[in-house]
Amino acid sequence: MRRFETLLGLAAAVLMVVAAILAPWLKFVLTIALAKGIAVIGIMLLLRAGQVSFGHAVFIGLSAYAVAFLAPAVPEALVLLIAGTAVATVSGLLIGLFVSRYREIFFGMLNLALSMVIYSVLEKFYSITKGTDGIRVELPRFAGMALERADFEWAIFALALVLAIGFALFARLYLASPMGQALSAIKTRETRLEFMGVPARQVLLSAYVLSALMGGVAGALIAMTTRHVTPLLAYWTASGELVFIAILGGAGSVLGPFLGAVTFELVRIYAGAAVADAWQMILGGVLLAVILFAPGGLWGMIQGALRRRAAP
Amino acid sequence: MAEWFQDNSGLLGLALLDGLASAGLIFLVAVGLNLVFGVLRIVNVAHGSLYAIGAYAAASVGIFFASLGLPAWASLPALFIAAALVGVVLGPLIERFILRRIYGQEEVLQLLVTFALFMILEDVQKLIWGVQPVQHDVAMRYLGTFDVPFAGDVVPFTAYQLFVLPGVALVVLVGLAWFLRRTLTGRVIVAVTTDREAATAMGIDARRVFLLTFTFGAILAALGGALSSPTGAIVPGIGPQTIVLSFAVVATAGLGQTEGAALTALMIGLGRSIAVYFEPELEVVVPYIIMLAVLLVRPQGLFGTTTTRRI
Amino acid sequence: MTDQPSLSRRGLLAGAAAAVPGAVLMQGSDANAQAQKPAELKIGITTFLSGPASVFGVPGKQAAEMMIDEINKAGGIGGVRLRAYFVDEAPGTEHLVGEFRRLVQSEGVHVMLASISSGSCLACTPLSKDLQKTTILWDCATQRIFEEGPQPFAFRSQGFATPEVLAPLLYLLKTKPDFRTMAVINQDYAWGRDSWEMWRAGMEALKPGVRVVAELFPRLGAPDYTTEITRLLAARPDVIFSGHWGGDLVTLARQAAERRLFERSLFVLPVAEASLPILGRTFPAGHIIGTRGDHWNNHPRPKDPARLKALNDAYRARFNEPVIYPVHHMVQAFNALKAAYDKALAAKGGAWPNDAELAAAFRGLTFDSPTSTITLREDGQGLEDQIVGLSTHVDSTPYAIPKDMVIFPAAMVSTPVGMKSVDWLKSLKPDILGQVPAPIAG
Repeated sequence: MRRFETLLGLAAAVLMVVAAILAPWLKFVLTIALAKGIAVIGIMLLLRAGQVSFGHAVFIGLSAYAVAFLAPAVPEALVLLIAGTAVATVSGLLIGLFVSRYREIFFGMLNLALSMVIYSVLEKFYSITKGTDGIRVELPRFAGMALERADFEWAIFALALVLAIGFALFARLYLASPMGQALSAIKTRETRLEFMGVPARQVLLSAYVLSALMGGVAGALIAMTTRHVTPLLAYWTASGELVFIAILGGAGSVLGPFLGAVTFELVRIYAGAAVADAWQMILGGVLLAVILFAPGGLWGMIQGALRRRAAP
Repeated sequence: MAEWFQDNSGLLGLALLDGLASAGLIFLVAVGLNLVFGVLRIVNVAHGSLYAIGAYAAASVGIFFASLGLPAWASLPALFIAAALVGVVLGPLIERFILRRIYGQEEVLQLLVTFALFMILEDVQKLIWGVQPVQHDVAMRYLGTFDVPFAGDVVPFTAYQLFVLPGVALVVLVGLAWFLRRTLTGRVIVAVTTDREAATAMGIDARRVFLLTFTFGAILAALGGALSSPTGAIVPGIGPQTIVLSFAVVATAGLGQTEGAALTALMIGLGRSIAVYFEPELEVVVPYIIMLAVLLVRPQGLFGTTTTRRI
Repeated sequence: MTDQPSLSRRGLLAGAAAAVPGAVLMQGSDANAQAQKPAELKIGITTFLSGPASVFGVPGKQAAEMMIDEINKAGGIGGVRLRAYFVDEAPGTEHLVGEFRRLVQSEGVHVMLASISSGSCLACTPLSKDLQKTTILWDCATQRIFEEGPQPFAFRSQGFATPEVLAPLLYLLKTKPDFRTMAVINQDYAWGRDSWEMWRAGMEALKPGVRVVAELFPRLGAPDYTTEITRLLAARPDVIFSGHWGGDLVTLARQAAERRLFERSLFVLPVAEASLPILGRTFPAGHIIGTRGDHWNNHPRPKDPARLKALNDAYRARFNEPVIYPVHHMVQAFNALKAAYDKALAAKGGAWPNDAELAAAFRGLTFDSPTSTITLREDGQGLEDQIVGLSTHVDSTPYAIPKDMVIFPAAMVSTPVGMKSVDWLKSLKPDILGQVPAPIAG
């Protein structure tokens, strides 16, 4: 299965590149999907511990705003990526120190509340953040090169793809490591973990900071792709979408977040094109169907199909 | 400090009245969410949609009553009739056909099911009521205004906001406390809230309790919406804004705690109105600041009890 | 287990390698390429189809459908039929920007009509430059668009925030100049903040010394204004400025009416018009109201009265709603579109214009709206007159309409090209009041 997972990941990466070459607009959508997929890997880590964050979009938002604020001073994509990620990671550490004491509903609601505070701040301090109008990100350099828009978009797409593969591999190793195993133990029997001398809070905190970091990477990529950031990036429905993508893709594999993110973006686009004023209903229906009939998500469906083939 | 209070006592008095009115509404929405969470252990994101549908339905029933030629006072009971209708129709539908299929599954799936419902219901509202603001304010106008003296003059308040909203909230608070402590069904609900496994082991039909509680929670959500309809316009998007605030109230209050929800709603209502008078920019974050402050001191919420950890 | 990372590392390299020739293959769209007459003229339209701003977005969409049917019935533009692609603005910038690209790059849309929200317009306008696609800003008001740099492919077929704030201010100073205190209650977002900053700049230049007793910015979509109204009742300002719109304005006006705030203070409401039909008789007489332009249905001297009436009748017949300002803005956008294509076609002797030629036709374009003539300035900004009046009730309409209307010529109240609005407003001299036309009685 793991070998298949790797092959499928490879095939998907190649397919994405081909699709991006054939359709320029898809390249944009796929970059966004890759970025969101990276953020959703973070959600997935927390889900392993049985914790649902309904406020994780805030790290995307914080990183995107860091990029927007810094871009005029440091117009270099790679520096902006690191800066945005750093801001999100540090915020993740601060918030994580607080929320890692809580579990389940309180964990979810505290994340939601904190994200709403930050969302309100982004919206409220109009003189600094330009409120709901948002801030435009001018085209930065990429690794020192001043690229044309189209080439820059390719560069960001390639960067997103590389980072996505990197984070997927990292997550796979992480989940298989003792730290990852301890994470699953938080979900099942946390107290036992502590009897064994493993500090559950630190395990959760480290996963939380990692997830914030991945949110930061996603935020920086999104900011440099859409090149316009608004507070909506951090709104609670955006956080809900991340959890949506995690379940849609399936939590069983690190490919799940990417499967989910691409499907989510495409469904939203085609639902919007087909019935512009009822796309939410279609997305909601898809989500409902997945939960009720395929709780393992897309990855679970693929797995099921393979098993049926393997055992005729 | 004392001087400041003296100088601003008039304004603080007004802020107190404003706070009471908004606390009533906050409580009504949050208490339903809290009840459902306490019993079903599901954070119902669609609670906000039920609130919005309650508001729309109240306006529709009110307009329908008016078209029948009923007198103006009829618009008051119309609010309650609409809320009951929405709750009794949608509550069992959602519980029976959707939630029941995911009990015992992972928390995240339960949360997302209601998120899916929320997305679907957002568009359903648009299909039924369109996007133009809907309004029916007869109930508010019928009761007129009540003048509160201030600085040698009066400040008119609507009697509806000053009396009906906090009044209904108080009735619901007392009624719920009585129902949960003094009736058999109520005690069963409390038993399931406190310890679901023990309760079902003792032969309590959890299914019935779930159905009942969810329907009741739906009625309360719809009632919140219905009661808000005479004073405001109903537009797409009121659901998502309401639900976030209710989440904060529930987490602050402690799980399943009715009195906690009341106290939290009061703190948030007062906190927000005082902010509008003295530091308006803080108004939006007041509920979250209160929540964070409470949870720092009492991680289980104001009235929450510590849960025993499984070993 | 151990061999897999290397496998994927290879995948990573493969991905990167595949990306490089892609960059070479990719060719920028060329606005100057020869254009073929298309089988149909595709128009992408972004508008709010969900959320609170759909109160404007859906009428806008309906107006677009009506205009397309009308133009197609008359043979289309240059013999080509129109077809619309609608996109919902509500899901946020990242979705909108993606959809904008999809429409241009995948659906091959010929012209974009962008956005109600200022944030959406600010995100779409640079894209029009990047993709070299003519974009008509059909409804958003932010003054930032053309004040923050040239926009070769973006044109606004309607007015913008500055005249929409300045006209009511001048009306107030002209007709009721004796006020000493004022307050503001605005929605907490760009328009709310910007409009107050501009109002304040203009007021301090033209009537210094007014005391501001309350500045309230409740959040967008607030369900209740109990506290804010109590605060305003207690503060007793002579004038209250509010840029509120949609459901928020309905809520504010109803609570203010019931609690007699309208009796204590004079309201100035630049975006009142769209909410007046819903408010009915609740909205009282004697307050200053605007409509983001000159398109009141009781316009005292419309350019083409028959056309204005026909629009009102047709829209009401088809959608069972009265015409509100976003309908007019959409009609203006289509009027501009048709005029620009006609101009470009004429310039090429009937041959189909490419993107650059189409954009060139928009610059300096003059077209007729049902109420007046609108000119697009050299920076792309449309000059739309503003009509402000005093609310009144008449027997023939079940809701408030304006009387004593002043028609402000667009050029008089618009920031000159190359200036920033707030700077310009600060530099205003009281003699501008002398230029205000007399109110048209009745």
